Amino acid sequence: MNLEELRKLREKGQREMMQRSDNAKYRIVVGMGTSGIAAGAREVLTTFIEEINSRKIKDVVVMQTGEKGYSSKEPVVEVFVHEEKEPVVYGNINPEKAKRIVTEHIVGGVIVEDYQVVFGD
Amino acid sequence: MAGVPKLDVLICGGASCISNHSHDIKDTIHEELKKKGIEEDVRVIETGCMGPCELGPVMLVYPDKVFYQRLKPEDIGNIVENHFIKGRPVEEKILVSETTRAIIEKEQEDADFFKKQTKIVLSNCGRIDPENIEEYITENGYAAIGKILTSSNPDEVVETIKKSGLRGRGGGGFPTGRKWEFVKNAENDQKYVVCNADEGDPGAFMDRSVLEGDPHCIIEGMSIAAYAVGANKGYVYIRAEYPLAITRLEHALEQAREYGFLGENIFETGFSFDIEIRIGAGAFVCGEETALISSIEGGRGNPRPRPPFPAISGLWGKPTLLNNVETYANIRHIILNGWEWFSSIGTETSKGTKVFALSGKIKNTGLIEVPMGTTLRELIFDIGGGVPDGKKFKAVQLGGPSGGCVPEEYLDTPIDYETLIELGAMMGSGGVIVMDEDTCMVNTARFFLDFTKSESCGKCVPCRVGLVKLYDMLDKIVKGNGELEDLDKLESLCYSVKKTSLCGLGQTAPNPVLSTLKYFKNEYLEHIQDHTCRAKVCADLVTYTIIPEACRSCGICAKNCPVDCITGSKGVPYVINQDVCISCGTCYDVCPFDSIIKE
Amino acid sequence: MNTEAILKGYEAKEENLLYILHDIQDAAEEHNLTDSELKKVADFLKIPVSRVNGVTGFYSMFSKRSRGKYIIRLCQSPPCYIKGSVNIYKTIKEYLNISENETTEDRLFTLEFSSCLGVCGLAPAVMINDDVYGNLTEKSIIEILNKYQNLEE
Repeated sequence: MNLEELRKLREKGQREMMQRSDNAKYRIVVGMGTSGIAAGAREVLTTFIEEINSRKIKDVVVMQTGEKGYSSKEPVVEVFVHEEKEPVVYGNINPEKAKRIVTEHIVGGVIVEDYQVVFGD
Repeated sequence: MAGVPKLDVLICGGASCISNHSHDIKDTIHEELKKKGIEEDVRVIETGCMGPCELGPVMLVYPDKVFYQRLKPEDIGNIVENHFIKGRPVEEKILVSETTRAIIEKEQEDADFFKKQTKIVLSNCGRIDPENIEEYITENGYAAIGKILTSSNPDEVVETIKKSGLRGRGGGGFPTGRKWEFVKNAENDQKYVVCNADEGDPGAFMDRSVLEGDPHCIIEGMSIAAYAVGANKGYVYIRAEYPLAITRLEHALEQAREYGFLGENIFETGFSFDIEIRIGAGAFVCGEETALISSIEGGRGNPRPRPPFPAISGLWGKPTLLNNVETYANIRHIILNGWEWFSSIGTETSKGTKVFALSGKIKNTGLIEVPMGTTLRELIFDIGGGVPDGKKFKAVQLGGPSGGCVPEEYLDTPIDYETLIELGAMMGSGGVIVMDEDTCMVNTARFFLDFTKSESCGKCVPCRVGLVKLYDMLDKIVKGNGELEDLDKLESLCYSVKKTSLCGLGQTAPNPVLSTLKYFKNEYLEHIQDHTCRAKVCADLVTYTIIPEACRSCGICAKNCPVDCITGSKGVPYVINQDVCISCGTCYDVCPFDSIIKE
Repeated sequence: MNTEAILKGYEAKEENLLYILHDIQDAAEEHNLTDSELKKVADFLKIPVSRVNGVTGFYSMFSKRSRGKYIIRLCQSPPCYIKGSVNIYKTIKEYLNISENETTEDRLFTLEFSSCLGVCGLAPAVMINDDVYGNLTEKSIIEILNKYQNLEE
């Protein structure tokens, strides 16, 4: 590895990030730090994957990340819509709520406002 | 990041506003700001949907709380000129209504949570996939180590860190650059770099979060340190209670080796460095640096006297650089953005940001990162959302078992290493535990002593015996048997333990007692003189009584009483025999009609 | 995996002691370290048994007592205390009929305390083997324990 190779790798990554949002209409990102997992994030992640697969929805990717720090809102799920920069942030998600997000937001295109994170609650 | 912006402009980035071209508005604002040369003064933030989609694109300006609606790019020049520069909001684009007020209130709360934070250490946490090194590289990962290996010598790196003003984030706040310099100057052909990830302070969990969410930034920070001080081997000491952090770091180390960021001849410069993980096995004292070293060597985690400091004689007697996770996480950002940038954030003596873990009786628990110098009130009320359930704030505990409790009147103090010590607390790892009116401060002090006395390694007498004695005295007070003279004895023993203990654990363990004595002496006096506990926590000082008029004679209390001290029968109110009652509170909890009072 | 096989995976250096003890304990049927195993470790590292014993006794996660299949580590940190960990302790104690450092009769659970699990934002919390559970209530802890009990049936 030298600087040139690192630069190429970085640029490739940046290109892929752009493409990722081009190919997939939605990107569902589940916070999988210990706090998230302790609040049930693993079950939520599995539910998303199962729901997406069983409904044979294309152009959606499900991913994991570390914790954003919103402990009281765990499990935290972000939905990135491809033309928008900022995600919709959902908090205190469980498998039931995950199913509703798939139905209403991913399939229906309407944000599930009931689960949206509002600080100061 | 230099200076504090005068205005915050929140542009709605909801789907509807975007389809109404809110991005054009944003771009135009940036252009206009640049044209006028006031980019530094105005911060433009894209938010989630604000709600009134039919009025979009909408924009909210703080601190003026002005809500603009139906914006077009051609409106922006006017708004920037008249409002942002001259301070005269452009009335014809403003919407004033009930809805607006509600939106402003909600946005204010949301905005405070984000706006008051500055993410450096946590910048990647919760954003990238921690198990994919390429995502880290995409975020400029390993560019800092690449840069210094190919263009700086070790002296320059140490100098950069010194000038940045970075101080150790693990507790004491020792200047990081000076520590690096000591190790660099120590002459030895074998040196080590160690990362203290034995995040023992209860109430702090930022190190775990960084290791789980952005493990590569620690690898990179340690590599830079190793180059600067002349080490070729590193260790990360993680507590065994963090299995996920261990797994993620192990995975990251493998990837880093595979990509050539660890191992021989890194960046084709001849620099070689590798890292191994060592795990603890449940001992709080191992967070103390000399104890940690002994534990890495495979021994009991017993501290030893300093000097010699680990910088001179550490792991296996070799010069060893020891920093904690959060300290290493800052390094790559300082290298990439320059020490000038870093030292422009924070206070006179404490530069950069600090991550705090909010927990206890607070609405928004979690991790937040703010510039040094933020006040406790901003931390707890603006970002943390205050105390839930309408309860009253009583105190905030900072710095874990080594720290102290700070009462309401000091909440406006800007936080840095020095101000916290003046208040009788300390930065520690950044644990912020909020307590409300239901917390008894004497009982809290006893709780901390219970913790430290059982975590004392037992090597030195003041800590081993002194903490038990302190605990016993507090226990006596909590049980209502305290005498006035106990308070003086308590205080003087605290100072003896502080002065004579061998390591940081004993030297700081009395702090929770001293700070509660200082700020909450009333509560101690009430326990001793009036035999009352105002928070109604100390069981021996609480009595339960059944209100005859409210009692429906259901008998549930009597059935659940563990000492059978409640009697009564159908139609006759039940009565507690106070001579036998142990104040366990069971009857109070089970009474379906709230007929029992606690006082 | 038996102790001999575990030792084979390590260089005979004292710095590996904690790793070795963790491995042996994890592999042991009763999640503990017995005198005979400690003797093997001491011989392997060529250090006195007393030193191995000293290390075993020092760290709270090592145990010479036999333990159950699932080790419940209840967080004893101040945030958990403030959020009612005492009630969780009481519930576990009553439900499983064990106190600190005791094992249930069916050898399924052992109850231990941890100084801090690092999920303070979700206090009170508990760790069962490697899994952490937060935001506990007296009801949810019983559901969690039931889940483990059901795994055995």
